[in-house]
Amino acid sequence: MTTTTIELTPKDFKGKVDPDWCPGCGDFGVLNALQRAASELGMQPHEIVTVSGIGCSSNLPGYINTYGAHTLHGRSLAFATGVKMANHDLNVIATGGDGDGYGIGGNHFTHTARRNVDLTYVVMNNQIYGLTTGQVSPTSRIGQKTKSTPFGSVEYPINPITSAIMNGATYVARAYSGDVKHLTDLIKGGIRHKGFALIDVFSPCVTFNLDNSHNFFKARVRKLEDEGHDTDDWAAACEKAMAWGDEIYVGKFFHMENDKESLTDLEPVLRDGPIAKRQGGLTEEQADRIIQRMM
Amino acid sequence: MTNGNFDFALAIGGSAGQGIATPGDTLARIVARRGLHLSTYNAYQSIIRGGHIFLTVRIAEQEVRSHGDKLDLLLALNQDTMDRHLRLLGSGAAALYNSDDVSPGDAGDGVQLCPLPVKEITGLQRVGLNQNTVALGAMMHLLGLDFSLLETSIAQQFARKGEEVVNENVRVALAGYTHAQENFVPYPDPMPEGGEPLAVWSGNEALAMGGAAAGVKFYAAYPMSPSTGVLHWYAQNARSLGIMVRQVEDEIGVANMIVGAAHAGARAMCATSGGGFALMTEAIGAASMMEIPCVFINVQRAGPSTGVPTKTEQGDLWQALGASQGDFERFVVSPLDALDAYNTVPELFNLADKLQCPGIILSDLLISEGRYSIHPRDIEFHPAIDRGALVDEGAASGGEYLRYKDTPSGVSPRALPGTPGHVHIVATDEHDEDSMLLSDEFTNPHRRRASVEKRARKFQDAASLIAPPEIEGPADAEATLVGWGSTAGVIAEAIEQLAERGVTANRLAVKWLIPLHAEEIAAALSGRKFIIVENNYSGQFARYLRSETGLSAYGHVRKYDGEPFAPHHIADGVADLLGGEGGVFVPRQEVIV
Ligand SMILES: Cc1ncc(C[n+]2csc(CCOP(=O)(O)OP(=O)(O)O)c2C)c(N)n1
Ligand code: SF4
Ligand SMILES: [Mg+2]
Repeated sequence: MTTTTIELTPKDFKGKVDPDWCPGCGDFGVLNALQRAASELGMQPHEIVTVSGIGCSSNLPGYINTYGAHTLHGRSLAFATGVKMANHDLNVIATGGDGDGYGIGGNHFTHTARRNVDLTYVVMNNQIYGLTTGQVSPTSRIGQKTKSTPFGSVEYPINPITSAIMNGATYVARAYSGDVKHLTDLIKGGIRHKGFALIDVFSPCVTFNLDNSHNFFKARVRKLEDEGHDTDDWAAACEKAMAWGDEIYVGKFFHMENDKESLTDLEPVLRDGPIAKRQGGLTEEQADRIIQRMM
Repeated sequence: MTNGNFDFALAIGGSAGQGIATPGDTLARIVARRGLHLSTYNAYQSIIRGGHIFLTVRIAEQEVRSHGDKLDLLLALNQDTMDRHLRLLGSGAAALYNSDDVSPGDAGDGVQLCPLPVKEITGLQRVGLNQNTVALGAMMHLLGLDFSLLETSIAQQFARKGEEVVNENVRVALAGYTHAQENFVPYPDPMPEGGEPLAVWSGNEALAMGGAAAGVKFYAAYPMSPSTGVLHWYAQNARSLGIMVRQVEDEIGVANMIVGAAHAGARAMCATSGGGFALMTEAIGAASMMEIPCVFINVQRAGPSTGVPTKTEQGDLWQALGASQGDFERFVVSPLDALDAYNTVPELFNLADKLQCPGIILSDLLISEGRYSIHPRDIEFHPAIDRGALVDEGAASGGEYLRYKDTPSGVSPRALPGTPGHVHIVATDEHDEDSMLLSDEFTNPHRRRASVEKRARKFQDAASLIAPPEIEGPADAEATLVGWGSTAGVIAEAIEQLAERGVTANRLAVKWLIPLHAEEIAAALSGRKFIIVENNYSGQFARYLRSETGLSAYGHVRKYDGEPFAPHHIADGVADLLGGEGGVFVPRQEVIV
């Protein structure tokens, strides 16, 4: 993976500025876990590209010492796919919020999973639009009161876990950002996995979503590892993912290790190495072949 | 015998599903192999079966700059075609048709009717697409061409389907040829031998090939007429050329994906039409803000909205000028013909790489879906490739690396992700030299101003990187015809027609829209009576030109019925406007296709 062998600590992955998130925001835990995962996997900052959209959570690339792209609202997965397809030597991590990924970016979410692009996608799911000061999101619960649903939402939420599995993602996990160790392990698994990995993280917005607070999750999350869940069993995974009550499951829901190749492996053009490293236009032979077909 | 003036147009008309493309292609190849020039225009609708399709193929010894306005040979594959077009044939023209199904109606004086009793002469009970082959055989006789040329073509075309299919096709073609020999009078001027064999391409293929020659390594698209030909070319050729092609879920995804691929260092391009382009626009602004070079092609069709998917228009100039929120610079260029489209792609990539910004190509259905002859020698397969200021991958970082370093030129060397020692972020939020966001943490009016000026400074001398347009034709002409993009060729032909009518005109064909050579254009047009020719209703270019130069045209010739200009539409308009007091002339499309 790297030519240097200097072990980096999570601190070495600290970005140039400190996060401007509200004190207590769940996103701090996600940032921590990402920095720990990169360090524990022995990665170097220049080998990673962190790509986000727009939102409180999407500010993350500015706070981590890796190559980064803070792209348009909802477009992180499209941009990240472009980066990965152009240079698959890079480790590409997409980060963002529930609105960014499941709302405005929903079409890309569906198709990036379907294509099994070798990306790690970490969604800071606070069930609210944080940056725009608290409107309903695609993961807000029915009945939830927000600034745009002052009388309670009348729409059902999306289930990111079942959606990802149905769309073809090959590594699907959920975590709570208050348990950084557990989240770090799940992110590491996602980075190691060859294929599209979703880690949906309950990352409370302490300012605009008081319904789904740290206390709410602390009281409810149950680890799948303790439940004897079989990560090959997509149907069981979906059933566990639907649970939303006194018990809410976190952990690795689904993992398809070998049965589905990633887009990098499936794309014949990539067999000769990253396309970004191929400079230049056409060779004589290629030009000849093209003109022959036109005659 | 000819004197280099052979100029012949034939048309094949029928409904979708009658296989018009195949005889059109066969003929185009025979003609191009003979070294004759050709230009084809296909009038069609967005349906798979039915409707009316009308393919015009113009063939000449000299280069052909438009599909022209006259018709020498009509092949009517159904009654509808006969009814629509026969009345437009003049003396000396001929109409070919399957007399089992089609009856001619009243033909003009001197028009030769050439009925083909297809069942009788082929001995077939059921005739399908075979009737096209029979007609091709008859055409060979009318055009004074050796039957063996068609035989060779058929053998190539059906080689994969086996000997039996080849033989059957040759048999029915010969039936048509023999029947024609016995019954029809060939044209007085047989089709001459031209020079060296020519190749055939469409404008879309030219755009795609231009990308390949420019070193495009990532092409993405979502299908949309009339741009899909670019995707098809890449799909067919990309693998053998080491290029990645992706069909993406929507144009928003397409645009953001190519920006991502370009950020990682691949030359990346996409093509769409106006509707898809509208979806791409936010990403075009993102490419500008993040300073990532990439190329977006908009093959215009008649709008607004879904519009007329299979008809041409120059209606997206203002969309391109203003694509995306915010106040920023981008290149916008409208190639003048297929070869120019080919050459424009590498030129634009070099400019985009140099100034680290997005580039937009405005093609249209007319250029993109037309098919043209091209001499292989005229295609520069190895254009210069200049990737602009890039940090060497092996470069040690000489201290702190600032992605958006505020340099005198405004250009800051780009380090590609993966380069050790140059870790940085790129952001669609406004940012400082080190990519720290100005919007979320604090806004700083001085820093914001500096960032805006840094990006704008890159464009200060952009016009000097590009050749300005020039007046072509007699300096003392009565009128100057000004066009942009695809109208260049048809304007040139209109000028020839005007000369025959005793009106002298010259031409100013504008290709680069941003940067616009406002000073040069103003100097060229000052004191001249100029008429702007464009394929839209509101005079988008006329208004743009006035805003940039203060110049108002004497008159305007505009067409917005979906069909392209024929030379006489423009010549009629210019004559009319010069005879009056200027204004707007809108030619009437004679043929309903
Ligand atoms: C095209 C577009 N539409 C709307 C916005 C405004 N906007 C910015 S962030 C955001 C929602 C963010 O929600 P989420 O992705 O859940 O992130 P959070 O702030 O909750 O972390 C919206 C609507 C935008 N920047 N761009
Ligand atoms: S508004 Fe919510 S999501 Fe945004 S930083 Fe504050 S706590 Fe976090
Ligand atoms: Mg959110």
